[in-house]
Amino acid sequence: MSKKQVFTLALNGKEVEVLAPSGATLLDVLRDKLSLRAAKRGCNQGVCGACTVMIDDVPVRSCLTMAGACEGRCITTLEGYADDTVMRELQEAMIASGGVQCGFCTSGVLITARNLIAENPIARNDEIRSALSGNLCRCTGYVRIVEAVAKAAKEVAP
Amino acid sequence: MSLDLDIPDGIAVGLSIPKLENREKVTGRAEFIDDLYRSGMLHAAILGSPYPHARILSYDVAEALEAPGVVGVLTGDDVPASRMGAFIKDEHALAKGKVLYLGEPVAALAAETLEQARAAVNLIRVKYEELPAVLSPEEGLVDDAPILHEHLDDYLKVFDTGSKGNLCSRTELSEGDVDTAWDACALIVEDEFTTAPQAHVAMEPCGALADVDAQGRVTLWSSNQSVFRVQANVCESLDLPMSKLRSLTPRVGGGFGNKMESHIQPLTVALALKTGRPVKCILTREEDFEIVRARHPFKIRMKTGVDSQGKILARDCEVLVDCGAFADDSPGVMGYALLMAGGPYRIPNMRARGQLVYTNKLRFGAYRGFGNPQVTFAGEQQIDQIARQLNIDPIEIRRRNILKEGDRWFAGPKIASNGLGRCIDAIEEASSWASCPSSKMPLGKRRGRGLALTAHISGLLGTGAIVRMLEDGTISLNTGATDIGQGSDTVLAQICAETLKIPINMVSVSSPDTDGSPYNWGTTASRVTYTTGRAVAGAAREVVRQIMEHASEILDVPIEYLELRNGGRVAAKGANEDLPFAAISGRAHWAKGGPIVGSHTLVFEEPTHDPKRAIALGLPFPRIGVFSFAATLVDIEIDEVTGQTQVTEAWSAMDVGRAINPRLVEVQIEGGFVQGMGFALYEEMIWDGARLANPSLMDYKIPTSADAPPIHSIIIEDPEPDGPFGAKGAGEIGLNAVPASIANAVNACCYGVSKALPLSSERVLARILEDEDAS
Repeated sequence: MSKKQVFTLALNGKEVEVLAPSGATLLDVLRDKLSLRAAKRGCNQGVCGACTVMIDDVPVRSCLTMAGACEGRCITTLEGYADDTVMRELQEAMIASGGVQCGFCTSGVLITARNLIAENPIARNDEIRSALSGNLCRCTGYVRIVEAVAKAAKEVAP
Repeated sequence: MSLDLDIPDGIAVGLSIPKLENREKVTGRAEFIDDLYRSGMLHAAILGSPYPHARILSYDVAEALEAPGVVGVLTGDDVPASRMGAFIKDEHALAKGKVLYLGEPVAALAAETLEQARAAVNLIRVKYEELPAVLSPEEGLVDDAPILHEHLDDYLKVFDTGSKGNLCSRTELSEGDVDTAWDACALIVEDEFTTAPQAHVAMEPCGALADVDAQGRVTLWSSNQSVFRVQANVCESLDLPMSKLRSLTPRVGGGFGNKMESHIQPLTVALALKTGRPVKCILTREEDFEIVRARHPFKIRMKTGVDSQGKILARDCEVLVDCGAFADDSPGVMGYALLMAGGPYRIPNMRARGQLVYTNKLRFGAYRGFGNPQVTFAGEQQIDQIARQLNIDPIEIRRRNILKEGDRWFAGPKIASNGLGRCIDAIEEASSWASCPSSKMPLGKRRGRGLALTAHISGLLGTGAIVRMLEDGTISLNTGATDIGQGSDTVLAQICAETLKIPINMVSVSSPDTDGSPYNWGTTASRVTYTTGRAVAGAAREVVRQIMEHASEILDVPIEYLELRNGGRVAAKGANEDLPFAAISGRAHWAKGGPIVGSHTLVFEEPTHDPKRAIALGLPFPRIGVFSFAATLVDIEIDEVTGQTQVTEAWSAMDVGRAINPRLVEVQIEGGFVQGMGFALYEEMIWDGARLANPSLMDYKIPTSADAPPIHSIIIEDPEPDGPFGAKGAGEIGLNAVPASIANAVNACCYGVSKALPLSSERVLARILEDEDAS
């Protein structure tokens, strides 16, 4: 039985303390301890991207990130973007385009897309495809996801 | 793009309404099975068999039971002798007496935490007597092969399977006289083809959560494609009356056949019954690869003969299919593949035979396309081969042979609507077929174009709908059809809204629940829009009938002088004054007649087989469905140095009768295309002896956004007379022709035929090197 440990996380703009096994991943802590379940466990190996969250300004696989390594860093999950203009445009574009099918990959896709727009507001379609290539989707064939990201980027372009 | 702009859009049907549940999915609030929690809930872990074939001698669970947090252990001794199965009842809730594949769940336990469960499960000791394993269908058919199911003769079977030894089932269909037809042929092509096992890889791994109430009644949530098949399988395998189990569904994270029959629901329920506590069991991605199900590898021998004009005179198709350890949907998959082996063509002399053989691997089962992509891969290459040898354009040879109005499908099914010719026209135009741009060839690259046609059924079995008018005149729709993300809740609500002439936001869709929903066989066989849509339209029409009766009495106007107006109102024709649904529903609830409820149920009844035209032996589906059609075209580029094949652009035209929601049809085309592209180019489950060698997303690659090409989705609407607003299915057909079209494109680049899937870099490079050696 692994020992438990108190983690202090800056999560979605608030400081939280959580008691979890010392070997817990960030995804374990988010889902099981904090009931933040937008991030999904699709493979637990860092491949599918369904568990993507932001740590500081970098999208990461929370299933491969030890919770202990997140102390003192800013973590943002999809729930933390409720008031974010760019995220709202992305969400509306995904709803309208057909980019949401089963929805299991959607949270991770949105986090990655939000980061892409921040880094490259005028991304071309091939750049969008490349940026999203770490977020697997088995339903859509990606056409409408790419379309939605391009549309949202255009909407929020400065 | 819809080519049928002359069909007017209604108030809901024909509109690309965003899916009703999209908002909860984009905010992360949608609850999938692993997002559900119950107070006091335990977590399960599964122990897999270390052998592909062994007798279970004994269990020792003492150490596991003493481990921290463990509440209960389940072994084969705890489950009844009863067996479940869609076609052959050959499977226990948990291995009992024998294990039949490596990784098969042989024991499970429930503990306070997942960590405790995973740590303790390896403390369960099982003694085995290892038996020789059968790892291929050929091995399974030899005289002295080890027998997997020693009591196969005693199992309950739902059709004439012809089971014997390791032969799970055999099917034979024949029309005309194939054996003598070859004499009249000007050209005959014949080859053997193999296809690879493909993993479903729904992004959500399978899972279940079971709870037992004080009366011993079970409530079960699970990732599924049919709450009713879950209920049937669990109750059959655990000897529970169906009334003692309530089956529900959360949102489902994708389903491609893998979640249709049961996966771990039976053992999860058994653990909950044993511990008296709620138990959640969620598979790891590795377990999801190893113990659920996969697409069948096929060995196909196909022979096609034509006259000098390329008119098909005969085809003979023989398949050998790996069943895996349990029959599951396999007899149906093989039978359906044989029915589809001729493709959408007039073939006067046609025979299709198959053998399905048990092996010591995980069960193969339903997977989008249901055996059709495999036989289409073979058949459509032969059409191209014939075209090339007779110097006929690939589109032209298909036009000469396709089924026309009034033709029946192989073995006898009626075809009511057939938009295949228009699919071909649309593809030809959209892709500028006549001026194919493949001449500009960059150095070290080869470019090619490939076409393939397909048809697919939508239909099968029973379904129902209940439409209730609430006191305020809004509508509650309950069908029992699980929406697996494809959007059936939205499509069914559109059909309901259109029939009642109300905006879709006046309709709420109930989540499937065996306690309250009418029976629905499942979200499978491309059937929900067509069959459940018919039930919804029927139930909504019944509501309209009752509304009209009320309105007639209130307004004192005969029904034939009344009209239903958009927005939930009834009026005398031409009158200004009208009655809102709320007034009618209020009267029904409180004064006259009783609350308005419409219900409608149906079962697909058209026979598959016409004994006057065909001989059929071991046909698993006596009544099958109506036909959708599609044409798929790809442009590819092959790297001559690596053999890597990239699809650079794709066109797919699909006759869906009527697109209730065009955008959702387009996404079926696109999603099906990319899944088929993975199957065509790189997806392959590889066994190292008895062990699956690549059960992870690191070693089993599926297409990413960087691999997927631009796809032009074209909707063709040739209305199905009895479909809801003319609709027929769209769920699977978009995948069927993809491997064949890519193979035909590769064949355009390299000499010869693509005999094996996947068309991996190694295989394509070998073809290129052969070409270079030959020249």
